[in-house]
Amino acid sequence: MSAAVPPIRPEYERTLEPFTEVPLERTLPLPARIWAQAGVRKGLILIVIAVLWELAARWQDNDLLLPTFTATARALFEGLASGELIEKVRISLAVLLQGYLTGVLLAFALTTLAVSTQIGRDLLDTLTSMFNPLPAIALLPLALLWFGLGRGSLVFVLIHSVLWPLALNTYAGFQGVPETLRMAGRNYGLKGLRYVLQILVPAALPSILSGLKIGWAFAWRTLIAAELVFGASSGKGGLGWYIFQNRNELYTDRVFAGLAMVVLIGLLVESLGFKTLERLTVRRWGQQR
Amino acid sequence: MRGEPPASSPALTPTLSRERERAQEAPLLQVDGVSLEYRTPERVVRATHRVSFDVHAADRFVLLGPSGCGKSTLLKAVAGFIPPVEGEIRLGGQRVTHPGPDRIVVFQEFDQLPPWKTVKQNVMFPLLASRTLGKKEAAERALHCLDKVGLARFAEVHPHQLSGGMKQRVAIARALAMQPRVLLMDEPFAALDALTRRKMQQELLALWDEVRFTLLFVTHSIEEALVVGNRVALLSPHPGRMRAEVNSHGFSLASLGGAEFQGTAQRIHDMLFEEEPEEAAA
Repeated sequence: MSAAVPPIRPEYERTLEPFTEVPLERTLPLPARIWAQAGVRKGLILIVIAVLWELAARWQDNDLLLPTFTATARALFEGLASGELIEKVRISLAVLLQGYLTGVLLAFALTTLAVSTQIGRDLLDTLTSMFNPLPAIALLPLALLWFGLGRGSLVFVLIHSVLWPLALNTYAGFQGVPETLRMAGRNYGLKGLRYVLQILVPAALPSILSGLKIGWAFAWRTLIAAELVFGASSGKGGLGWYIFQNRNELYTDRVFAGLAMVVLIGLLVESLGFKTLERLTVRRWGQQR
Repeated sequence: MRGEPPASSPALTPTLSRERERAQEAPLLQVDGVSLEYRTPERVVRATHRVSFDVHAADRFVLLGPSGCGKSTLLKAVAGFIPPVEGEIRLGGQRVTHPGPDRIVVFQEFDQLPPWKTVKQNVMFPLLASRTLGKKEAAERALHCLDKVGLARFAEVHPHQLSGGMKQRVAIARALAMQPRVLLMDEPFAALDALTRRKMQQELLALWDEVRFTLLFVTHSIEEALVVGNRVALLSPHPGRMRAEVNSHGFSLASLGGAEFQGTAQRIHDMLFEEEPEEAAA
């Protein structure tokens, strides 16, 4: 049996002319370029939701249960124009930011301790597994006992709702930093807080950002819920109190306007705040697509 | 032809030129009877056993051996990441105890460049972190070193936009910018394709010709060891012990395939595989 032998073919050489047959680059057609804008796509989704809402409300035909989109929009504009809604939002945001920022600072301190010492690690482990499952609202009665009716209690439950998820995420991010990058940092003589700030934090930024987002959402939920529970007895209520009050008086369109305000602020913070932060950092650095 | 430490003084490294005058008397880096161990959950494993070698200023000293001979662990010990359990490592007579910017490491992995810094900021990073230079001088030196590795055009780009070879060039520029007393390279070209690898070896030698840094280079390629190094230390596996030191200052990329080069390569090959002939076939 002789093995098959491939034929020997002649060699050849070609000189290539400069490539001119087809243009090397083409611009996409206009509809494709418009569709490529995330804002356009998301705007379309919002419009579809609004139309569906309007249709459902008209079909239902009961303003007490489900006001139409247009009625809600009108109530929203009236609330904004009279300044009442804006004042409520201002009160809510002030408390929210105070609790959120304090929670973020505490979470950072806790995780820094956790990456530098064994006992800090154990502390973070134990505390998060104890307190993370505890709903912030369940702490509210206790907070009311300790800090009284008002700002102090709200800030306390807000810190509770932000601190644990953010600490967990940040710590997970620190754990995921590649060994090579850690060694490179130590190679330059970085130690302690400088090491955490210049190597660990930027390297773990995708996890930290997602922790910040989760914390922000948790903070809003906790705040609105807390205001719904005891806003009635506090003199200066925020958005949750606005919703609660209008429900009592059966202004369902204003209830919806209040809810829409929460949604709008969420959208705004997400698209202007977090998206911008992501675009400037993790996306630019290629850590996230 | 690349020879022993020359007389010409490079503009970039004034500290090195002083060291070179002393080079004839005392070695710059002494690894003296160093045993290293690492821990697994069940046991303690000896990576190297009483390894000794001397690296003189402007040496291109290569640690060569099969996987499991502890050559990378040895390099990390010189960098100060792993303390020896026996013996000591001295740099300029001073005992090495912790990582420091006088021994910059070029790792094999591409993720050694912080992705949040541009190429230029990456090269500036150790200079600023170790407070060697101010911002302005650091920027100037970074651009100078990037120019040396041919990446000046990419100074404002982030690392994820670069190819593997370019990332390693940035890491080398970053190490050169620090003007470390010893430049440590841990299989820096192993993750590159063969053609890029050859080009990088050539560039590294050209850089050495110009700057005359002291290099400790880890590789598992006999060919790379002979081309890059002027002296090659052979380590045996499990645990790593000194098997031989071979001179390779006569070889460059041009001697690839030559009879003398092939002979030395064969000699090293035989020494590395004598105990396990079945592995030589694999």
